[in-house]
Amino acid sequence: MKYLDEYRDPKAAQLLLDEIRRITSRCWTLMEVCGGQTHGLLRHGIAAELEGTIELIHGPGCPVCVTDQAAIDFACQLSQREDVVLTSFGDMLRVPGSRGSLLDAQTAGAKIRIVYSPSDAVELARKHPEEQFVFFAVGFETTAPATALAVKQARRDQLENFSMIVSHVRVQPAMEALVRAPDNRVQAFLAAGHVCAVMGYQSYESFVKRYQVPVVVTGFEPLDLLEGILACVRQLEANEAKLENHYTRTVSPTGNLAAQDLVQEIYQVCDGAWRGFGIVPEGGLELRPEWQAYDARMRFTEPALPVIDTDECRSFEVMTGHIKPPECPHFGKRCTPELPLGAPMVSSEGACAAYYRYGVRTS
Amino acid sequence: MCLGIPGKVVRWLEREGAFAQAEVEFGGVRRIVHMACVTEAELGDYVVVHAGIAISRVDPMEAERIFEMLSEWGEDEGWHSDLSEDSEASP
Amino acid sequence: MQNNDKNIFASWQMNCPVFIPENAECITLAHGEGGRLSRKLIQERIVHSLNNEYLIALNDAAQLPRIEGPLALTTDSFVVSPLFFPGGDIGSLAVFGTVNDLAVSGALPLWLTLSLIIEEGFPLTLLELILESIARAARKTRVKIVAGDTKVVPHGAADGLFINTAGVGELLTPIPSGAETLQENDELIVSGPIGQHGIAILAVREELGLEPLPLSDCGSLMRPVERLRDELKDQVRCLRDATRGGVAAVLHEWAEASQLTLSIDERSIPVSPEVRGVCELLGLDPLHMANEGTMVIAVKQGAGVAAVSVLQSLSETANARLIGTVKPRGIAPVTVCRTLGPEQQLDDPMGSPLPRIC
Repeated sequence: MKYLDEYRDPKAAQLLLDEIRRITSRCWTLMEVCGGQTHGLLRHGIAAELEGTIELIHGPGCPVCVTDQAAIDFACQLSQREDVVLTSFGDMLRVPGSRGSLLDAQTAGAKIRIVYSPSDAVELARKHPEEQFVFFAVGFETTAPATALAVKQARRDQLENFSMIVSHVRVQPAMEALVRAPDNRVQAFLAAGHVCAVMGYQSYESFVKRYQVPVVVTGFEPLDLLEGILACVRQLEANEAKLENHYTRTVSPTGNLAAQDLVQEIYQVCDGAWRGFGIVPEGGLELRPEWQAYDARMRFTEPALPVIDTDECRSFEVMTGHIKPPECPHFGKRCTPELPLGAPMVSSEGACAAYYRYGVRTS
Repeated sequence: MCLGIPGKVVRWLEREGAFAQAEVEFGGVRRIVHMACVTEAELGDYVVVHAGIAISRVDPMEAERIFEMLSEWGEDEGWHSDLSEDSEASP
Repeated sequence: MQNNDKNIFASWQMNCPVFIPENAECITLAHGEGGRLSRKLIQERIVHSLNNEYLIALNDAAQLPRIEGPLALTTDSFVVSPLFFPGGDIGSLAVFGTVNDLAVSGALPLWLTLSLIIEEGFPLTLLELILESIARAARKTRVKIVAGDTKVVPHGAADGLFINTAGVGELLTPIPSGAETLQENDELIVSGPIGQHGIAILAVREELGLEPLPLSDCGSLMRPVERLRDELKDQVRCLRDATRGGVAAVLHEWAEASQLTLSIDERSIPVSPEVRGVCELLGLDPLHMANEGTMVIAVKQGAGVAAVSVLQSLSETANARLIGTVKPRGIAPVTVCRTLGPEQQLDDPMGSPLPRIC
């Protein structure tokens, strides 16, 4: 497949790996923000190849992992209503809430449909006016344009049976929280490529200036990841802190303005509840007042059941890089993809699941 | 986060506006994709698609950049991003 | 239950090959109660379609001829939804699935039983189509459906139609020695492009809006198995059709039986452009997707090239490939070499693969 296969060329990758090793004078600590990048680094063997040369910390860039537990609980609760069909991305189905996951709810008889695109949920609502369709809108800024469009479609078609549980989160505020933490070890960031494709990356200028830490916009394929790591290392070796874009075939400085307009039309920034993090100021998105008719929390007003947080999952420490998944005492024992204690073991982008799946069992 | 895959625009259904749509090809299958954010894409262009919506157009010149850099290192193995369509992964 | 039923969870109705009008004749509970309607259903539809001397006799048990050698016996149930999918339907799946189980166990498939559990309201036209499909598949594989049963259950108690089969075959020597006999340096082969059935079902059931709809590989493996037996004889250790859980599941099973490591190279594995495209788009791994006409084969060291050559000479296995080898037990039971990097563990599949956005 074009624009995929050529970025997986092993010989080219080897050259980049060699160059990284050649110029690295000490073991720098880098964080890739995005779960898709974690997945790529592990699946394609890059993290293994760089073991001992570069330390890669896997950041909180997995929206499935950081989706607020209360939102999952609410989704489960609504799904159990007779008159509701809950629609969701596949990733969310196994994430544990206070009383089980959406998959558990489905097993118990809840009507839940997986969709690839939020617009598919709108289409279902159009075809089945007798049911209420609720879409579980999770994801970073990358996904917000898709869910924003879904709401617009619902209004265009005057649908009264479509609403969303909005649980979008914004990346940059979380990075700020990370880099300001007193025990932060991250020396450079690989910024989330597809978030930047939508939002652009100019907003990172002030971030780089203030915190004096390199930020490199990076893609997802092996060559992209290696190029991003190489750029970070070059800066660190030269004692520089700059903002660079190494995913230029997809990302421009200002991003996709049409996508941003679409998002801004429907959403406004709010404080975000991040699972494991608590409240991240300005870390979320919510529907603007004029679109709140499509807010499932407004439409279904039954009281939410209390959130039960077992505190066993050490997702925060994993996502902020303080421990690697195999260092968690539950990893591979009480916590596995079949019986996860928390979200990072469930999501295919979660650091714990990625480690488990690609066989990294020891730290 | 953000599984975004490049696909080729093969047919426009609705060119303008918030509900623009095109048929996009990924490997051997095609799907209707929402194009509100990339209405400037032409037939044959590649767009990155996430959750059913195109979020960016792939710039073919920029796509070459890394291969140019690798060539400069003197190790040109004939890489380029202009793979022929027949090189789709096939048995 | 009509074609235009708006119950979005009646996924068995998706991809229906014919339009079912409002007043179409349907299965009722009475059809399953053993009386006149039952007999009518069996004689006029089932026996008529499947048409062989055993069924026509309508005995309580089929009286079968003696077989000299040892027998193989298998059973399977088919609950696929939707019932009709590109490349097959629950009927052809039931026949090929059972026949393949016998074939990969070293047997020549002979006789099948066919038990139908039908949901009240199921259109008779669809039942006929499925029976015809079963008949076609039986003729193709030269098996006879010799006994059967029909039950009707109330609305909602079955997903349209469930099928259970049993299959009997005659074991032919040499019988594959089995996964317990795998040795270091044995070679691993896959008989064709992988993941087709799983992707075909997913595309229809989840209404992914893909064009063209990917085709299932639902089909018989009898001929390739027979040719391998004839040409390679006792050099074949084991064969298995890679159904639920895909190639990964088979490899894990064999690794457990042999206590060795099965190591494959991702780059050698044939994947069709359609399956590749869908898997990339949805974030799925073809190694975990089901197959219904594609098998994994292990042969003795050195026999791999010959085995692949035999398979490639047949149209149904023209894309067979060598994909790996058996090694001493190492870091994991099953490992895969990806595009880059050292070999890494291949997950044992857990549950059905879900499309993802992350």
